Amino acid sequence: MTTLTIDGQVFDVAPGTTVLEAALANRIDIPRLCYHPDLVPSGGCRLCLVEVEGRPNPQASCGLKCDEGLVVHTQSDRLTALRRDIIDLFVSDHPLRCAVCDKNGACDLQRYAYQYGISETAYDFELSRPLFQEDNPFFVRDHQYCILCNKCVRVCDEIVGANAIEVAGRGFTSHVATPFDGPMVDSACVFCGSCVQVCPTAALLPTSRLRKGREWELTRQRTICGYCGVGCGVEFATQGQQIIYAQGYRAAPVNGEFLCVKGRFGWDFAQHPDRLTQPLVRRDLLEPRPPTADGRPLATATTPTEETVTSDGQRSSVGGPPSAVRGRPSGPGVRRPSVVGRPSADFVPVSWEQALDIIATKLADTVKTHGSDAVAGLSSARCTNEENYLFQKLFRATIGTNNVDHCARLCHSSSVTGLGMAFGSGAMTNPIRDIRNADCILITGSNTAESHPVISYEVVRATKLGANLVIIDPRRVPLVDHATLFLQPKPGTDIYIFLAMAHVILREGWADTAFIAGRTEGFEAFEYSVREVTPQVAALMSGVPAELIEQAARMYALGQRADAPSADGRPQTADGSQTDNTDYALRNTQSIARGHSTILYAMGITQRSNGTELVLTLANLAMLSGQIGKPSTGVNPLRGQSNVQGACDMGALPNVLPGYQPVTDAAKRQAVAQAWDLADLPAQPGITVVEMMHAVLAGKVKAMYVMGENPMLSDPNLTHVEEALRALDFLVVQDIFMSETAQLAHVVLPAASYLEKDGTFTNTERRVQMVAPVLPAPGQSLPDWQIVGQVGEKLEAKLGHAAEKAAAWRYTSTTAIMDEIARVTPSYGGIHHHRLSGEGLTWPCPTDDHPGTPILHTAKFTRGLGKFHAVPVNLPAEQPDADFPLILTTGRILYHYHTGTMTRRSEGLNWRESRGYAEVHPYDAEQAGLRDGGPALVTSRRGQVRTQVRVTDRVPQGTIFLSFHWKEAPANVLTQDFKLDPLAKIPEYKVCAVRIESPKAAAQGKQAAGAVEA
Amino acid sequence: MTSPVKELSSRRYIYQGDPLLTPPPADLMVILDKYRGQRDALMTVLEELQDHYGYLPQQGLQYAARELGFPLSQVYGVATFYNLFQLKPPGRYIVRVCKGTACHVNRSGEILAMIKTKLGIGEDETTPDGMFTLQTVACMGACSLAPVVVVNDRTYGRMTPEKSTAMLTELHDEAAMEVKV
Repeated sequence: MTTLTIDGQVFDVAPGTTVLEAALANRIDIPRLCYHPDLVPSGGCRLCLVEVEGRPNPQASCGLKCDEGLVVHTQSDRLTALRRDIIDLFVSDHPLRCAVCDKNGACDLQRYAYQYGISETAYDFELSRPLFQEDNPFFVRDHQYCILCNKCVRVCDEIVGANAIEVAGRGFTSHVATPFDGPMVDSACVFCGSCVQVCPTAALLPTSRLRKGREWELTRQRTICGYCGVGCGVEFATQGQQIIYAQGYRAAPVNGEFLCVKGRFGWDFAQHPDRLTQPLVRRDLLEPRPPTADGRPLATATTPTEETVTSDGQRSSVGGPPSAVRGRPSGPGVRRPSVVGRPSADFVPVSWEQALDIIATKLADTVKTHGSDAVAGLSSARCTNEENYLFQKLFRATIGTNNVDHCARLCHSSSVTGLGMAFGSGAMTNPIRDIRNADCILITGSNTAESHPVISYEVVRATKLGANLVIIDPRRVPLVDHATLFLQPKPGTDIYIFLAMAHVILREGWADTAFIAGRTEGFEAFEYSVREVTPQVAALMSGVPAELIEQAARMYALGQRADAPSADGRPQTADGSQTDNTDYALRNTQSIARGHSTILYAMGITQRSNGTELVLTLANLAMLSGQIGKPSTGVNPLRGQSNVQGACDMGALPNVLPGYQPVTDAAKRQAVAQAWDLADLPAQPGITVVEMMHAVLAGKVKAMYVMGENPMLSDPNLTHVEEALRALDFLVVQDIFMSETAQLAHVVLPAASYLEKDGTFTNTERRVQMVAPVLPAPGQSLPDWQIVGQVGEKLEAKLGHAAEKAAAWRYTSTTAIMDEIARVTPSYGGIHHHRLSGEGLTWPCPTDDHPGTPILHTAKFTRGLGKFHAVPVNLPAEQPDADFPLILTTGRILYHYHTGTMTRRSEGLNWRESRGYAEVHPYDAEQAGLRDGGPALVTSRRGQVRTQVRVTDRVPQGTIFLSFHWKEAPANVLTQDFKLDPLAKIPEYKVCAVRIESPKAAAQGKQAAGAVEA
Repeated sequence: MTSPVKELSSRRYIYQGDPLLTPPPADLMVILDKYRGQRDALMTVLEELQDHYGYLPQQGLQYAARELGFPLSQVYGVATFYNLFQLKPPGRYIVRVCKGTACHVNRSGEILAMIKTKLGIGEDETTPDGMFTLQTVACMGACSLAPVVVVNDRTYGRMTPEKSTAMLTELHDEAAMEVKV
């Protein structure tokens, strides 16, 4: 500790603290304009000058480290005079138009001008930057208010890593500029708005707040972002029933002040006119028609009629499915789901009472006629824990089936399975904030900067501090710009690289023998399994040079920093001496100084037919190097939706009850049954998402209840999904918009979005956080927990259960539901709403006084010993061949989220990226005669989509990339559903064989084929 | 400030294609090849580009940023900071009028004003025919000849506004002759 005196008070501070930090921490205010606690001090504004005894001149306190015995004065006549002059200079080219300024009341310069009594400049006023730029829908840049504090430039460099802007010019003409002073959209800008967040004046403002009210007129509400699984805290500023703008806040435990473009600017979907506002029922359900020839009365194939009504009659046409309801019938033989144009499905608005009656009757009839297992449900990773809990309880307790699943099946079921097998717990082992302190970060199968932008900020920070970043990915993802090593394997061959890394670690003696001996089991079989997989073998199979694999293994196993010596790439022992010892044996490695390495991975690993095996391989690497159970280490699956972790935790999975208690475990099952006032629960695991679609066509499932999911875009092999959903006797969809799936439903229920309800989300690092309503729910829409509760109540009655069963469904608040969750879920045992204000709690949190568990497996693994698994090498199920020579890989892009129901109704997000595209390597484009920006047809064995071509070397030769957000070009028409991961039942979205051609060539090819036939 | 509420659809982002998809032209490649991946070589590369093209072409900077591993914004920041770098193609003759102390007291201001009037351009601008670029400099180090005007490599000493007019006519004729030959 260092002791210093500030304004006569003595403080003990940690070494390395600056005087400004010490003062602010102790509530001594020093004026400052260019300082930000998350940025490297720049000392640019000079406002934070302080007097230091023994030093003749004032010092900038932001860059002044606390020395022992330092005596500092923050106020003096000289300082006041200096500060007054500095502020005067600022306002000599900053117009004091505070009366009409949107930042009035929140402007730092205004605050100091007030404090130091500067009403106008004593210098000649001259505007140096009379530039107003409004080139994007997210924020405006008004350079006349810019004071060149450089915070925006630094945040873009140090935190976001986009480097879109820099100070250009010199002297009086210097200004913050994009390259060549072009529009933001042509720069590297990712529109995260972090620059807007840190701007001390009105130079950067969200477009949405211009002229919409001054700071003190706005109401603020903090909640959790409803997009990806990072769980960022967002503060919404509202006026009346309108959101004016959103921003980050410092106390947010995950993200601090920083957000991504979706979190900061993607909230306007909530007030889109397309929102569902009343329950809808298919007209033919109210006035039954004679069944059609195939005996399916409800799969209507009638032609659209003129009086086809959309659900509210007057919706905007901006990508709104309701207008697409008025579609054309899909012609026979067209292997393409009619997502855009579809047969008429005319809905009639009904009362809640009527809608719920129909649902309860239909579901009860199905249960009575076909049995409980004829009903299946899809819960939602975007609904709260409380809602997911109720939904699975509805299926297990009331309907009596385990046929409940949700989209985690499609993203991280292999993580849950694989990490469960290896460690005993299938979730991120370490908190997100740990990443910034890691020495080496290994990212594989994750486009972190686009899918989990705020986590990528942590990665960028770590690299700026000197950490090594190793990226293993077939695509050149944006974070590669910050990477030390980039390994680009052919899609599907990464398994060789992981095994070869393990081989190298063992060969070079970098394994953590003590950890392996004390904490793990199954090592021998694993060791044997990687014996033959040398880096040379891996290089041959994956196309990645063996040297790079060896370097990656060294960096990861030893947790080396980029600024560490001996970075010449040759395999070395820890003491730095070169080695050519290939003796394959464990050596004593006690003396190795080991840094902290962490693995981040996502869908590139899990969405594979061998996803579970890949996850096990990563777990093996972590245990082999002892990189788990400590801060800044671990195996960290980055989860995709706001509450996908929670939906899994709540047991919205066919094989487990809340808290991952297997349904096959009689004791645990009966304990839950007892809490629900039942004798027992169904013991047979239910069916998974993709299996549900097969089961419907096999006639086993007759009715489905879908809460907030859109399988009509998200599931593999969409043509097949559509067939299945149309074959259902009864389909209920509960959503905020008329999604592609809702259009096939018999009853559509309007739900409240995450901005309109309360409850809890569990983010990817297992942190349970409170969600609070920002807006009132539109029309008659209700929070999902209320809807599920009412369905439960009615259904109990229709099924003829006891009256108290129905009464038990009358939940009064989400707080009461959470208390029930705590009773049946051991890992949530101590989690109650009243404990969640502030930073939330990280499960496992078994008791009311438990502080939560940010890092898993510290002293022992959840399953006791960590288990090594010998993993066989399996390649993707569908390999390219002569007809389908290319590999298709799918994923997300920054500006859209999943099936686009929300983001495509956000004006700004849709402005930035309004159509789908295929990334094609220049060589493949040339071969297929495709033009950059031109159209293309992508065809697989299952279907065809038409999309735009973007020729880029982000993808390797032989691979094309499609994002799955677009209903006009649904990538999942192409993906395969025949080979699932045998354990996790996850489909292989990441690899399938396709061909790409220009529409012209395809037409000519067809003609030629036709001529031959004729 | 204008009204913030504008029709966004008219300004919707349209994919323009990747400007750096083709490999750089051979002459640019020759320069960049020497410094690939060397972040500390930025100034050297910019100087060589300026020497080669006479200014810094936009595409040259884009390729330089990519090959050196520098963010383009920072390359642009550096390129606009130094006076020696030009982002626009310069004229046939770069006319530099000295504003140093010795030249200033010898009425260089009048010379500058005269040249501006004659050429119809301001400082750091180029005539539409691409013939003249006008610049000012702080001192040429030729104070004994003050006031001084430097055109490309030629120094004109003890200038007057009248002499500067004659100089411009002379240069114009010279260029015309060159074209004929």
